[in-house]
Amino acid sequence: MSEQLLINISLIVLLLPLFSFFITVVFGKRFPKLYLFETGIISLAFLLSLVIGFFKLTTYVDSKLAFDFTWFDFGVVPVIGEFKVELGVMIDNITVIMLFVVNLISMLVHYFSIEYMHGDKRYTRYFAYLGLFTFSMLGIVLSNNLLGIYIFWELVGLSSYLLIGFWFEKNSASDAGKKAFLTNRVGDIGMFLGILILFTTYGTFNFDKIFSGIASGVMPFESTAWLTAAGILVFLGAVGKSAQFPLHVWLPDAMEGPTPVSALIHAATMVAAGVYLVVRIFALLTADAMLVIAVIGAFTSLLAATIALTQNDIKKVLAYSTVSQLGYMVMALGVGAYAFAFFHLVTHAFFKACLFLGSGSVIHAMHHEQDIREMGGLKKKMPITYATFLISTLAISGIPLTSGFLSKDGLLAGTLAFGELTGHWLIPIIGFTVAFMTAFYMFRLVILTFHGSPRNQHKFDHAHESPKLMAVPLIILSALSIFIWYTPNPIAPDAGWFLGKWIETPSTVVPEAASFDFMINEDPAADVIHSEKYEHAMHTVHYPAMGLSIGLAGMAILLAFSMYQWKKINPDKIAESVKPLYNFSLNKWYIDELYHASFISGTLMLGKILFWFDANIVDGIVNGSAWFTRVMAKISGWFDTFVVDGLVNFTAFMSGFIGLTFKRIQTGKVQTYLVFVLFSIVLLLIVFRPF
Amino acid sequence: MNIYDIIFYLFAIVTLVSAAFVVSTKNIVHAAFFLIFTFFGVAGLYILLGADFIGVVQILVYVGGILILLLFGVMLTNKITNVEIRSGTTQIVPALIGVGLFAGILVLTMVSTEWKSAPGEIPFTTAYSLGKVLLTDFVLIFELLGILLLIALIGAASIARREKE
Amino acid sequence: MIEVGLNHYLAVSSILFALGIYGVITRKNAVMVLMGVELILNAANINFVAFSRYSNFGINGQVYALFVIILAAAEAAIALAIVLNIYKTYANVNVDEINKLKE
Repeated sequence: MSEQLLINISLIVLLLPLFSFFITVVFGKRFPKLYLFETGIISLAFLLSLVIGFFKLTTYVDSKLAFDFTWFDFGVVPVIGEFKVELGVMIDNITVIMLFVVNLISMLVHYFSIEYMHGDKRYTRYFAYLGLFTFSMLGIVLSNNLLGIYIFWELVGLSSYLLIGFWFEKNSASDAGKKAFLTNRVGDIGMFLGILILFTTYGTFNFDKIFSGIASGVMPFESTAWLTAAGILVFLGAVGKSAQFPLHVWLPDAMEGPTPVSALIHAATMVAAGVYLVVRIFALLTADAMLVIAVIGAFTSLLAATIALTQNDIKKVLAYSTVSQLGYMVMALGVGAYAFAFFHLVTHAFFKACLFLGSGSVIHAMHHEQDIREMGGLKKKMPITYATFLISTLAISGIPLTSGFLSKDGLLAGTLAFGELTGHWLIPIIGFTVAFMTAFYMFRLVILTFHGSPRNQHKFDHAHESPKLMAVPLIILSALSIFIWYTPNPIAPDAGWFLGKWIETPSTVVPEAASFDFMINEDPAADVIHSEKYEHAMHTVHYPAMGLSIGLAGMAILLAFSMYQWKKINPDKIAESVKPLYNFSLNKWYIDELYHASFISGTLMLGKILFWFDANIVDGIVNGSAWFTRVMAKISGWFDTFVVDGLVNFTAFMSGFIGLTFKRIQTGKVQTYLVFVLFSIVLLLIVFRPF
Repeated sequence: MNIYDIIFYLFAIVTLVSAAFVVSTKNIVHAAFFLIFTFFGVAGLYILLGADFIGVVQILVYVGGILILLLFGVMLTNKITNVEIRSGTTQIVPALIGVGLFAGILVLTMVSTEWKSAPGEIPFTTAYSLGKVLLTDFVLIFELLGILLLIALIGAASIARREKE
Repeated sequence: MIEVGLNHYLAVSSILFALGIYGVITRKNAVMVLMGVELILNAANINFVAFSRYSNFGINGQVYALFVIILAAAEAAIALAIVLNIYKTYANVNVDEINKLKE
């Protein structure tokens, strides 16, 4: 199979879901059976991606296949010089693995949804949206340049919005959709600015060309600080999409969407797109940028894990656990454990999709009950769901013989090595604390849901095992959570084919002065990093990390069992004794409230001050004379529209960074916006003075 | 000042004065009628510029089509119990300031720019050459616009007919 | 007074454009807003035709003017359909009272 053929097939894989989206969306009303066509197309795309994966990983394992075309060519433009925009696809090992993961999970979710969504009144439209999502996600995976990623980035945002608000009759669902969309937009602006910095410096969006530009010593605005800024700004996009602090607030709310959607988009693929983006730009991250990324990741994982400890909604626990695991991956990238971060992305995609689909199965069986306090004892009623859920839980807790153990252990070892090399010990400490919490809250979830005696007899009596179409995806996904697919040796991930062979850390292109000393390549000619120092550190911490993580997970599971299964320790009593902490966690660190309060009180207070100013000082002058009043009224009206609103808009914009503010800026009147546009144009004209 | 200049100023004044009335009169029907004069004035300017075909199309499409549509719009969206159909205005002051500044800058820019002008011969009629260009160089755009117009009309009919749920 | 040339036409179109914007911003009635839009389109068209006459682009400017007229016709049809729908929903067509966008 030639390289060109592989690229062509990958383009077909990309376009197939788009094609099925159009067909389904246009003819879906007339032919309700089209969802089968849609599912068939996705299955075909999966088979093709298997073919690509097979040939890439056997024949072309060391080469990178790329295909570029020029989208626009403006020729020589005044001021900027030559200006053209190229798009293209690139197939390397990461791409084909992501293609496999995305298509597989998408296909399984399609199968699962056929049963789960049965009887919904917008049944075919749901499948159309899934097709659109799959297309956009594949676009992100295949793009070889920042612009392409940005375009598809917005497209996944759109399809996520459509699917979160799929049941838009429910206010909470449509609100959650808007929240997700707007929160993501905050991150995307950062990403856009980052892309612009890189584009203005290197004149290209292509990753490889940007990297070679940096390697040749050209810096944005001649300073490595700007390179750090560009890296962090692009990372902001990942903060939004991958739900990192402080933009994590949308993901838990996104659970308003149908559960299979949560599994596909908000657990396995879309939220991993942020991590994938950081993987792609890894080579241009400076030491400072990496430290910021590591700290944000670590903090997010801790925050989410503590919240997950006390939640009672089965999907909310999983959502916070997703945020926490994403924080892990981001942290791992920050500490330089590139390969393990990507490895964890893949393993997490499988077991988290399995957990979500499992929870969907439970919710389906319990007739849309999501509160775990109403469950219990489901083990007997739903043996397949229980078994698969348990395997995935073991994987996420990092128990040996599972895939999660391999990736999580390597990731934690990476943080330990980072601590040893740089002295930032807080990061590994957080990492291991989170590992303990993860095992605890996941087993709390399993025990409360499946073990013990039923707490709601009525609902329990009606519960039933899910049909085959829902059970098979669960079985496949839980099977993929076993170590054997990744390595033959259950305690050494690098003995397998995944690490060291397929996925290798690329060498950094950042100048040596601005990067961590352990990230400097000792063999400058190679694409792949080779650092004695880092490897030595990894080697020394490998076994301690493994022992520590197994021990912590074991203790956590023991604790969970003694609290919820054997009832030796009363959880309510502990909650009572640390009441403030418990409430803090139960209310999600009051972050939603904080955003709400800082935003509302800030804007309202400013409004009040300005109103007082308006009422007392402005009106005082106005009372001068009748004529004067008329003019003043006009002026104060103008003042109101421009100065007051302008100031309010400004503060709203400021607090916009920490909340959902954009709706308050808008008066909703098109003509007011037009006035703003007009004045901005006039201002620009005056500034640039074309006359 | 030759006859060409006099005709130009005539049409320019008709266009701008009636346009000013369009945007300032309170009575919507009056505005619509002043719009006719504006369109005629613009058509006159086209013909002065040697674009006779465009001028005719302007009269046919704008006066004959778009304006009638607008009048229908006026009639269908107002309760015509009295002849005076009034409509208010909003944010006059900012608009006056903004538009004044904007117009000043625009005119200044236009006039002060050194345009590379190379006036060619005024053809006797443009219909022939326009038709030729439309069906050769611009044939794809031409066809697409035809489809667009069709879609727009079907869409308009379907949107306008939709009953309130 | 200097002979009428390109600049005169451009000045007319600039003022017409500004008037159109003024109409779009200040009028409450949606139909009146549409009239403002038509003025803007006409102003742009004058520019196309004027440049077509006074430069060596040939007849292309006129072709674009023709396209703009076609688009204006399509736009007017769609816009009026929307205005009718707004009228059905709100019982008036005052643009400044329709601020659903802010929710």
